[in-house]
Amino acid sequence: MDRRELERQGHLVTRGFIDLHAHLREPGFEESETIATGAQAALRGGFTTVCAMPNTEPAIDSPGLVAEVIARGKAAGGARVLPIATVTRGRKGKELADLVELASAGAVAFSDDGSPVDDARLFRSAVEYASVKGLLVIEHPEDLALSGKGVMNEGRVSAALGLPGISNAAEETAVARAILVASELDAHVHLTHISTAGSVDMIRAAKERSIPVTCDVTPHHLAMTDDWVRGRRAFAWEQGLKGEQISGAPADGTPFDANTKMNPPLRRLHDVRALWIGLADGTIDAIATDHAPHASVRKDVEFDQAAFGISMLETALPLVLGGVRAGWCDQDTALRALTDGPARVLGITPNADDWIAIDVGATWTVSADALATRGKNTPLLGRELRGRVVAAAVGGDVRFDGGAREEIRAGVR
Amino acid sequence: MTVLEQAKALRWTRRHVLDTDDWTRDEIEAVLETSGAMVEILKRPVRKAPPLRGKTVILFFAEASTRTRVSFELAAKALSADVTTISASGSSVEKGETLLDTVRTLHALGGDVVVMRHASSGAPYFVAERSDAAVINAGDGWHAHPTQGLLDAYTLRGALGDLQGKRIVIVGDVLHSRVARSDIHTLVPLGARITLSGPPTLMPLAWRRGQLPACVTYEADLDRALEDADGAIALRLQKERQEGGLLPSLREYSRVWGLTEARVRLMRPNAPVMHPGPMNEGVEIDAAVAHGARSLVERQVTNGVAVRMALLYLLVGTPLDEH
Repeated sequence: MDRRELERQGHLVTRGFIDLHAHLREPGFEESETIATGAQAALRGGFTTVCAMPNTEPAIDSPGLVAEVIARGKAAGGARVLPIATVTRGRKGKELADLVELASAGAVAFSDDGSPVDDARLFRSAVEYASVKGLLVIEHPEDLALSGKGVMNEGRVSAALGLPGISNAAEETAVARAILVASELDAHVHLTHISTAGSVDMIRAAKERSIPVTCDVTPHHLAMTDDWVRGRRAFAWEQGLKGEQISGAPADGTPFDANTKMNPPLRRLHDVRALWIGLADGTIDAIATDHAPHASVRKDVEFDQAAFGISMLETALPLVLGGVRAGWCDQDTALRALTDGPARVLGITPNADDWIAIDVGATWTVSADALATRGKNTPLLGRELRGRVVAAAVGGDVRFDGGAREEIRAGVR
Repeated sequence: MTVLEQAKALRWTRRHVLDTDDWTRDEIEAVLETSGAMVEILKRPVRKAPPLRGKTVILFFAEASTRTRVSFELAAKALSADVTTISASGSSVEKGETLLDTVRTLHALGGDVVVMRHASSGAPYFVAERSDAAVINAGDGWHAHPTQGLLDAYTLRGALGDLQGKRIVIVGDVLHSRVARSDIHTLVPLGARITLSGPPTLMPLAWRRGQLPACVTYEADLDRALEDADGAIALRLQKERQEGGLLPSLREYSRVWGLTEARVRLMRPNAPVMHPGPMNEGVEIDAAVAHGARSLVERQVTNGVAVRMALLYLLVGTPLDEH
């Protein structure tokens, strides 16, 4: 299957996607995902490169562990796996990890993701130290005191459901802190999974003043609102201006589905629209999945007891294309946020032989069986989505060829 | 066919009682009418009727609550059901048994109705989706306490008659209150208007900023809220709100938001006062008000049994006239 042939068949052949943010869970949480299953899932989602977050057990905070992730990534034969190492030793937020040594071992960026570097002095210090070699610090913007015991967005829906809320300010306080530090030090900070209109506004203003800050947004924050937590599962573009569902939206599901619980939480429609505007105008540099697979034991529990996170590698593309079809962003800009955008954030040159073929119009139904990831935790199960990856090549080697699978499906139908 | 049977046949299609937020007025009326019939049974010398004979009601209380549990137990026994209790303290994680394990146990036990109290908002939905039994929510986290809402509606109707256009004040810790939410979702469909009052830190932000449910307003000043009101419901204040930094002190709370005799007189003459219990007398309600002429607190407790009988009957009861 070569790319010319795929183009002739009418598929969109484009550069492979780069995911700045995925949790591959290995070592330590192999019941949720492994580097091998995660790298396969990435490929099927169109990501020929995936950056693995270091909040594993043990956390990736030593050169040996970085080397191990690289080796297992190579052996997986899926997407390229690039390790991110921790900012602080053991991800404990107390002292800096050996950033330069970790970078020499192959770490492409540094993050304590899952948590922020809560101590502002240490955060500033990390950004300052990393700047010596131009190392990339990826901050998970959250003020832990403000988010507290919150389990969903604070708003009308949390008020109705009686769930503790996470305010927009819990994120924006941390975004403001990061911008001020980046400005003062003139050092690059990347803010991951921003989710609020206020964050977009602040980052836009910072960029206008040439402050070296970049950011990414997740497909789920672009597609879903906090209404999903109460069982109303219309995509943002299937809702009218006042949040009412317009035709084509699915019927209500059960409220309190733990698969709608993530951090940052799904926000209001107002925030989702602001994220698309930020994506379209270049304020947002990249779309990153924050793929957070969980074994069912961590999700098949009470909502407030459930782990945060959604499985996203394999559903990212159709969600992004949904907004594109609704006219919220042009397709080229959206695809750039999955390719050149993240490459620029990482400071890497994408391999020209990493390519994917997309059938933009193909519909498919999300099911546990259809997903290669071990994380079946997504509220999209049973949902028909449009747009899928039919082939993916890494370094010219076609490692995923979905054509055969498609034919089998068609035959069954 | 009796009036009761008509109510059940025409208006009752629910399998579970999880929240009244999506109930029609008809459904609420069906419960209130049926409750009236149950009050009659409770007045008989032998307080027992047969419609749940052979049925098993499992009381699953994952959070301590003597009052509600006993109320359901009396209700189930008055209808001749077999009753068994599963209680658990602490969260499921602590005791090493997940809610899913409990659901499997409940399934194996084969109860017809599971009455559940749980500290996590939404837990009854989790159980209802995974079990064959009818599930009655006896209080979940901050979310809902539908039987309390229904018994409050029944009690207020007894005192005020038709609730159309009546204004009821709910004062206290609305943010953490499943009672407040269920009162709203039961009283509003019956025509009442609700004024919420209490400290801003104990009110959902979205509600304070104008995104309130229909027919509900917020008035921080309790005196103004009570003026010409038709009734008031005081909510229990948990002492830990002070430690959580949400309140300066209980003393200050009782001064500003406590239901005192002087305040109660701001309402219409004889406007009733209710409380879901247990009361912190001297904090959210003065003893003189709690036990005074306007207080319906004891009637709430009595009516609670009847309302719970009504729900058990509507969910799994065999027609009364077949016995």
